[in-house]
Amino acid sequence: MHLMYFTEQPMSAYPEAEGRAFGATALMFSNRHFDPAAGSRLYNEYLEHYRLAEAVGFDGIMLNEHHNAPFCMQAKCNVFASILAATTRRVKIVLLGNPLPLTDNPVRLAEELAMIDMVSRGRLVSGFVRGGGQEQLATGVNPAFNRERFEEAHELIVKAWTQPGPFRWEGSHYQHRVVNPWAVPLQKPHPRVWIPGVLSKETIIWAAKKRYPYIALSTAIEATKKIWELYDSVAAEAGYAGGPEYRGYLQRCHVAETEEKAMENARQFMWMQGEFTGLAHPVWSTPSGYFSPSIRTQFVEYAVGRRSNPRGAAFEDQIASQMIVAGTPKTVIPKLRRLLEETRPSILGFWAADGFVSSADTRTCIRLMGEEVLPALREIGKELGLWSPFEANAPTSMAFPEPAAPASERTVARAAAPLEVS
Amino acid sequence: MQVARAGDGPPVLVLHHDIGTLARLPFYDALARRFTVVVPSHPGYDGSQRPDWMRSVRDLAAVHQWLLAELAVTRAPGAVSIVGLGFGGWVAAEMASHAPRAFKKLVLVGAMGLKPERGAIADQALVSYIDYVRLGFSDQSAFDRLFGAEPETGRLEHWDLNREMSFRIAWKPYMYNPTLPHLLGGIATPALVVWGRDDRIVPLECGERYAKALPRARLEVVEGAGHFVEMEKPNELAELVTAFVSQGDA
Repeated sequence: MHLMYFTEQPMSAYPEAEGRAFGATALMFSNRHFDPAAGSRLYNEYLEHYRLAEAVGFDGIMLNEHHNAPFCMQAKCNVFASILAATTRRVKIVLLGNPLPLTDNPVRLAEELAMIDMVSRGRLVSGFVRGGGQEQLATGVNPAFNRERFEEAHELIVKAWTQPGPFRWEGSHYQHRVVNPWAVPLQKPHPRVWIPGVLSKETIIWAAKKRYPYIALSTAIEATKKIWELYDSVAAEAGYAGGPEYRGYLQRCHVAETEEKAMENARQFMWMQGEFTGLAHPVWSTPSGYFSPSIRTQFVEYAVGRRSNPRGAAFEDQIASQMIVAGTPKTVIPKLRRLLEETRPSILGFWAADGFVSSADTRTCIRLMGEEVLPALREIGKELGLWSPFEANAPTSMAFPEPAAPASERTVARAAAPLEVS
Repeated sequence: MQVARAGDGPPVLVLHHDIGTLARLPFYDALARRFTVVVPSHPGYDGSQRPDWMRSVRDLAAVHQWLLAELAVTRAPGAVSIVGLGFGGWVAAEMASHAPRAFKKLVLVGAMGLKPERGAIADQALVSYIDYVRLGFSDQSAFDRLFGAEPETGRLEHWDLNREMSFRIAWKPYMYNPTLPHLLGGIATPALVVWGRDDRIVPLECGERYAKALPRARLEVVEGAGHFVEMEKPNELAELVTAFVSQGDA
């Protein structure tokens, strides 16, 4: 199993009443409500949590990014990845991921990722995403070409990573007369690519065709099973067997010393889901051209308020369906076993806290996970045969079907102490 | 491309808004009493096939020139007048800039295409399909009459498809062409610029700029109308167009 720590990096330190009055905490909710002193404190707390996660035994730290919204204050996952590359020693740095369509220069992205891979001595997992609907608007990027840009940027980045330059790229959305970055990844053939997603069948199919693990982001258990059915059938058509090493899952999971405390803090997962202040905006999250034409009717109705947010179930229902898991180590382990048994992922991310959960409680959660939950899950993983891509030495992709070379074979001996960033 | 046609007389090409057009409008009927009215759907709009390759409004303008060359009624040089509504007005201005002497008369109504100096062209990406169209009406009861107070989902899907096509060809810069002001100066065609006084989608200052930049143009402001002048004040607009297009005819 590959067990990751994750936080959305919530920026909860803003006047809640202002968010409610505005009616949405996204895109156009004014950044005059952003308090940089609180921002500075929170960024540093999150860094501390990441380092603790490494210390207590997590295998990976999962990072992401969003724009113009308090639910996630990480505006560029490569920034945190760079910091972690130098300040951690063991954990994989798992980007889920860089929103490819938002970039106008995929070559720069390829360079940045290669730098992170080298500085971290080959610990990068470079996931790619399409970016949310409102992200396209926040970045001024045309939503109608979102998927085309995603696919073309991916192709260019992998080429820049794996084929010696200089070469020329004349694509539909990207034109680069000279591609020859003087930074290439340490890992060969290139850092692993994992594709997270929640809604689009197209993305699942694309990932399966590429033989990239797909990371289901907090989908319900039954929906997750359907994802794997689809993934496995595409994999079979493509000539390989799907299974645990291609399956990842992000689980909201808060652990505390007592059930009461765990439940109280777990309620904060509703914070970004709209019950408190994480209010989405139906128009901004679904710009025309962004979503799949096959579900145009649903999105059009959602955009004008004729259909409710499909992810807006009540807290109690989400506890019952295990969309949210909360409790003491003793009570969460059986619930997580059920998840592993029913959906068989080998990559498991823990979204440990959200909203206003205090830094102290978050640290307790991370510590309890490391001391009690993760060891139990590793045993369950062995019992169920849930071997991660690293353990299974799985190929990097369909394009590179030979087993990936572990970075350790290519890396100089690690420094005795982590590098200090001054 | 779908092309609707009605009436008899000198040819008038009407180019529709970014939201598309209803199949029949009193404005079209009024024009059809004096003219052969040709209303094509822009490629990619209102069920016309989407040209995946298209990337700009100048591309769209070029395709409309092909259409004019195809139709017997519009083929003769200098015979056709163009009435461009909103986004269609931008297309019309681009067509005239391609071919500065090809048209008899040019009418731009609330036309997009120029960057406002003070205000901004309303960004439909930030508002719902319904709110965007409502924004273009000065009198909301006119919207209710035409589309119903709560337009049906099929209509919204239709607006979504049209919006997607607008994004494909006019996303950045949004709804204007920075070189167009420089190209307008060569247009020899007599032009009438019409604006709704209450246009909240394209500011009136754009009408003033069009009237100034086009060598042979005047501006008419219609009171009590927003962006969709042809839907709110069909008779007033038809009278303005009829008088202007017929002017100088024997």
